[in-house]
Amino acid sequence: MAKVIEGLYYSESHEYVRVDGDYGYIGITDYAQQALGNVVYVDMPEVDDDVTAGEEFGAVESVKAASDLNAPVSGTVVEVNDALEDQPELLNQDAYENWIIKVELSDKAELESLMDAGAYEAFCNKS
Amino acid sequence: MNNRLYGNLIFELSREGRRGCSLPKNRFGHHDIPQKLCRKHDAALPECDEPTVVRHYTNLSSNNFGVDNGFYPLGSCTMKYNPKLNEELSRLPQFQHLHPQQPAATVAGAQAVCTLLKRSLCALTGMDAFTLKPYAGAHGELTGLMTIRAWHKANGDEGRRTKVIVPDSAHGTNPASAAVCGYDIIEVKSTAEGLVDFAHLQTIIDEHGKEIAAMMMTNPNTLGLFERRIPEIAELVHGCGALMYYDGANLNPMLGVCRPGDMGFDVMHINLHKTFSTPHGGGGPGSGPVGVKARLKDCLPQHVSPYQGNFAVLMRAYAYILSLGREHIKKVGPLATLNANYVKEQLKDVYELPIDGWCMHEFVFDGLKDKSSGVTTMDVAKRLLDYGYHAPTIYFPLLFHEAMMIEPTENESKETLDAFIGVMRRIAGEANAEPETVKTAPHLTPIGRVDDVQAAKHPVLTYQQLLLNETN
Amino acid sequence: MMYKYFPHTADDLQSMLKAVGADSLDALYSDIPADVRFRGDYDLPSEMSELEVRQLFEQLGRQNRQLVCFAGDGVYDHYTPAVIPDLLARSEFLTSYTPYQAEVSQGTLHYIFEYQSMMTALTGMDISNASMYDGTTAAAEAMMMAVNAGKKQSKVLVSATVDPKVVAAMQTYADGLGITIEMIDEHDGATSLTDFGRRLTAGGVAGVMVAQPNRYGIVEDYTGFADVAHSLKALFMMHCVAADLAVLKTPGEWGADIACGDGQSLGIPMQFGGPYVGFLCCTEKLLRKMPGRIVGMTSDNRGQRAFVLTLQAREQHIRRQKATSNICSNQSLMALFVTVYLSLMGRQGLKEAAMLGYDGAHYLCDQLLQTGHFSLAFDRPFFNEFCLVCDKDIDALQQYCAEAGYMAGVKTGDNMLMLAVTERRSKEETDRLVSLINEYMNTL
Repeated sequence: MAKVIEGLYYSESHEYVRVDGDYGYIGITDYAQQALGNVVYVDMPEVDDDVTAGEEFGAVESVKAASDLNAPVSGTVVEVNDALEDQPELLNQDAYENWIIKVELSDKAELESLMDAGAYEAFCNKS
Repeated sequence: MNNRLYGNLIFELSREGRRGCSLPKNRFGHHDIPQKLCRKHDAALPECDEPTVVRHYTNLSSNNFGVDNGFYPLGSCTMKYNPKLNEELSRLPQFQHLHPQQPAATVAGAQAVCTLLKRSLCALTGMDAFTLKPYAGAHGELTGLMTIRAWHKANGDEGRRTKVIVPDSAHGTNPASAAVCGYDIIEVKSTAEGLVDFAHLQTIIDEHGKEIAAMMMTNPNTLGLFERRIPEIAELVHGCGALMYYDGANLNPMLGVCRPGDMGFDVMHINLHKTFSTPHGGGGPGSGPVGVKARLKDCLPQHVSPYQGNFAVLMRAYAYILSLGREHIKKVGPLATLNANYVKEQLKDVYELPIDGWCMHEFVFDGLKDKSSGVTTMDVAKRLLDYGYHAPTIYFPLLFHEAMMIEPTENESKETLDAFIGVMRRIAGEANAEPETVKTAPHLTPIGRVDDVQAAKHPVLTYQQLLLNETN
Repeated sequence: MMYKYFPHTADDLQSMLKAVGADSLDALYSDIPADVRFRGDYDLPSEMSELEVRQLFEQLGRQNRQLVCFAGDGVYDHYTPAVIPDLLARSEFLTSYTPYQAEVSQGTLHYIFEYQSMMTALTGMDISNASMYDGTTAAAEAMMMAVNAGKKQSKVLVSATVDPKVVAAMQTYADGLGITIEMIDEHDGATSLTDFGRRLTAGGVAGVMVAQPNRYGIVEDYTGFADVAHSLKALFMMHCVAADLAVLKTPGEWGADIACGDGQSLGIPMQFGGPYVGFLCCTEKLLRKMPGRIVGMTSDNRGQRAFVLTLQAREQHIRRQKATSNICSNQSLMALFVTVYLSLMGRQGLKEAAMLGYDGAHYLCDQLLQTGHFSLAFDRPFFNEFCLVCDKDIDALQQYCAEAGYMAGVKTGDNMLMLAVTERRSKEETDRLVSLINEYMNTL
């Protein structure tokens, strides 16, 4: 069973946002890392890049699949998880602990169109 | 195939000063060359004598498996016999040493091969014109889609018609080619019987009609099933002003049975390396001629390749058609179809057959019927290698999680099929009695399963990189 | 009567039909609507015996004429060592499929790894893929790589000195992808650095493509080009003739991010247009943007060194509509061809063969200039191919030579003749060409 954490916001393409004041930590969910298999590469944006809700901001590659990362919310990248460059498998070890980018949120209202933990869990069970 | 691994790299056999070629002496005199335009150091190519080179590649070949070694039940690949006559003919000096820009009067024979091949392909497919320029199936798809785009442009419709319908069972090249051509994809669902869901197609057309440029299909589809409602599908698609594209990957069972041009298709590509026996060569060169109905003739793009495509491959295909002649080419489809059904019937009690009934040239199993041992399609495929067979196509189509697609071509004898059936049954038995043997297969091949995670995470793609890693 | 490629006897058919529960082969197709069912015979000739097929092809062959080739323009008449057709005919190479099952494909995977290593050595780049269809489509793929790597830039500059056939292929792909190609002016047969800089500064450029040697055979001086491109965040790409890189300064040394071209000049026969082999190489940084197949080294579960197709997640069969390219195959057997060629020729032999062409071309050029009927089109260094201005009817000149069994180059522009010389041409042949041309000119 894929792990789902309370208090996070989830997208239908299996990304999450952990809100911290005006910032959001964005990553992929446990469900996503399980589906991908061993992650071998993470294609990340750069600091100061803008991300737009619903648009692609990078990609995650495993041996059997390559998935685009879709931004659940809009904002500007303030930090990128450099550890993932050398150790992409961290996403498999703990997808929630190892976020991918930290953004300064431009429109907190966007969070309302995301799912909460319960809704996301139900969404995953349907798939 | 030799089961002992030959592992040397040619670079490891290289020694400074050795040479493997003999060149004429320079009698033109020496001419200076500006040093600033030259490379600083010679290319780090190997230095080997001729016998070493020959032995090296000969030994490498013995770690490979080809159609000439044994049965390749690869679905949608049509691994048929590659006639040796065709190899010889393609190397005739009177064809091999022609420059593509030679004056027309000096290449009339080569041009004739092209013309005659086109005519033959028209006869076999019901299309009115062909271009031989595309170098491969995927290249042909792109060419076909460009033709469709040009058609709509000529009708003033290009800006509006931006979408292509593709069945959800389609091969990945279909949406990829469409994307490269600038189209968006709409997927049409398959029914439980594995065919295009007509009702869903209807909904798509109702909603998007005027935005549709084309529908891409293969028939039989990737499950090996004939799309019975093809006349209605074509009518529906044409009705909204779109065109029908035929992916020729599954053309083999249609030889002697049906022509895409008669089924309502407007544009199609053929894989000469599948249906027309040209060798796969380890992954190329192939050829993907594109055929069109008369009204689309002027829409064929002219610059997908500069000359006549892979001409030497075209020669082989034409020789094949001539060899079979009209009498035998019509038997290809029925014999391939019989072979596929024969294998299916004898294995459907131990492998899961999601869609029963007669198939065409290929069919799909969804793994073992009894999955309690945890033995997967991957494991079965690897265990087959131990028995001297190439694996079938696995994990495609995506509709079935443990998909195993099997296509025995018309060249396979009943004995070969019986032996294959025997081995597949044996492996199913092993899955119950000794699952670990199957899960850790192969055991008798030159190498075992590879660590592809390591390969993707820390790519080592050249000898230079290998050396660098070793010194660190 | 049975046919030699079909094993089925009447008995086989009977027992197999019984096993599937069909009365006849026809019954297997009972599902197919009658009005699309094809009945009768195709409009094709009657079957031919092997002997008769051979005779037909030989007859067609007699309608062709092999010419002593002094033409290039992207396709060169180099010598093929006898070892190569022999090795390529080995059925384990020839009749094998794409190496998806690594355990039974180490032969193929292994030579592709060697091919990749040799192409990077030749081009001076870090990475090579397993090959592309040809040089023209390799350039189109390079263009797509640049656009994918550049964030949201969709313009690519192409020098006017790039082979028009290459530009045509790039344009064909550009149209569908909303990529704009802009041509950079040429000046006296070489790329104008000024125009290059000007167009880059205008902005929106993902990459720039130049040729080496260029469409006129000229070896251009690209000093400063890569720096200008990089300063404006554009990739610098070079389209090259593979064999010439044995001697010429490499794309890597010129600062290129992507190198592409055709490997036909590595001993592949001209074959009236194909199959050839495209190569595509790039810097380490662009690895994940590289289309096509790539082979990597790894180990197997027995601790042995092994090769495998890797980075497939980028490929079309997995990414589907998100794939960066739709290319499915490489030209595998042709990659084997050039791998064996480069193994035989080696570091020294490749250079020597290239210099034979260089010296031959410069000799031919001098001889032709001395006839007084030609002038050099461009006062620039060339490798083994050069352009002469001729104010007489070039078509008629070429026809005259063809009738005598010689291909006197290709016509380019209204009044330019482009000639190429390889190690395959002897001094006798070269002198004969000169005298033929002289003969023709003197009849006027």
